[in-house]
Amino acid sequence: MSLQLDFPAVLERWPSFLGGAVLTLELAAFATVFGALFGTLAAVGRGSRSPLIAGACKVYVEAIRNTPLLVQIFLVYFGLASLGLKLSAFTVAVAALTINVGAYTAEIMRAGFEAIPRGQIEAAEGLALSRLQIYWHIILLPAIERVYPALTSQFVLLMLASSVCSQISAEELTAVANYIQSDTYRAFETYIIVAVLYIILSLVMRAGFWGLGLVLFPRRRRLGTPL
Amino acid sequence: MQQNPSSAPIVSLRDVQKSFGPLLVLDGVSFAVERGEVLALIGRSGSGKSTALRCIDRFEKVDGGEIVVCGHRVDRPDVDLRALRQDVGIVFQSYNLFPHLTIEQNITLAPCAVKGLAASQAKDLARKVLAQVGLEEKLHAYPEQLSGGQQQRAAIARSLAMQPKVMLFDEVTSALDPELTAEVLKVIEQLAADGMTMVMVTHEMGFAKGIADRIVFMHRGKVHETGPASILTSPTTPELTQFVGTGNLKS
Repeated sequence: MSLQLDFPAVLERWPSFLGGAVLTLELAAFATVFGALFGTLAAVGRGSRSPLIAGACKVYVEAIRNTPLLVQIFLVYFGLASLGLKLSAFTVAVAALTINVGAYTAEIMRAGFEAIPRGQIEAAEGLALSRLQIYWHIILLPAIERVYPALTSQFVLLMLASSVCSQISAEELTAVANYIQSDTYRAFETYIIVAVLYIILSLVMRAGFWGLGLVLFPRRRRLGTPL
Repeated sequence: MQQNPSSAPIVSLRDVQKSFGPLLVLDGVSFAVERGEVLALIGRSGSGKSTALRCIDRFEKVDGGEIVVCGHRVDRPDVDLRALRQDVGIVFQSYNLFPHLTIEQNITLAPCAVKGLAASQAKDLARKVLAQVGLEEKLHAYPEQLSGGQQQRAAIARSLAMQPKVMLFDEVTSALDPELTAEVLKVIEQLAADGMTMVMVTHEMGFAKGIADRIVFMHRGKVHETGPASILTSPTTPELTQFVGTGNLKS
């Protein structure tokens, strides 16, 4: 058995790889930002006194966590199309990924909210802060701080999972790889390079989250406590 | 509002009832606190003293009776909670400083967010109240860098910054060793000397005797005996006699 690898034949397509990697990162960045906001709102909603809001948030979270991402992407893709909305593959991909990661974010953030001691909220109430002010000043950052590793891992997973967006021909890294390997007949080399690029993207994201953590949690920085 | 706020009590409870499920915790509790008065709520664990205190700031809703605090009808469902809590400061056993904020941010948060104070004014205020509790040098520290006694003093300073008309202390030294307890009690003594109206739940009998204008001894959800601090040394009911007899009465 002999294995012959011809990387140069594949590597000469580096601009395509780079373009795909950048698009993957863009997909992940948009979906992370929107998904974090959306998921946090859903987590707040699950704690709502209104059974309607709490129930709707629960249904959303459970529906997403119990269906495959690819099916969700198709649902958004064909669903929007049948409503007559003509959106780019990129927009559809961001929307589907946002809806997906939002559900996982909601569960993680809910754990963070529940970990805030009751005494913190009572102290804030005792100082006459409003409910909104308490969420904003007292609960949100410490909750994020508690679940930061789980939360950021979820966003990295999202970036990796975005490879299924190749199915709706969003020109992200995996889609690019599919073209290149069918062009060059060098499938193994192509996917080795793609795998390495995904690892690099993961490392870039993790470094980004580490840096963001330094900004978000100045106490950790001052006291040198690791996250 | 009261007709004559200068002479009305700052806090008054009349026939307050409160149950947790089947457990009757407050069974017709009545007492009043005048302006500038220091009232100590004492009694065994489970006697209802902490619940009575928490009802004043509406951390517990009462089932019956009337509570008036600085003119606010606390027993009514439509009480303006935020207005009430601007008039009432509360300090807890577990300090409850906000761990992600510096001491200065802990103190300036509410004056800025609730009263709309400018940041620079709030910072001046933070320095002032920290000086009152002897912690000026901890302005930029985080809570976890402080000892328990310092954290509790910072929590007192945080309450003071809202310039409350009455301060509630819920067993504020129960988590502290005797030395740290002493430094916190010293701060409370100074507040009393400055004329602050205070209601405190405490197990420090010696301290209660030294500082309180009036003692309310609670037993089984009722005010069992009340009077000046001297009732601790010459109690009239057997329950209070037993209670002060079991504790070591430090002076």
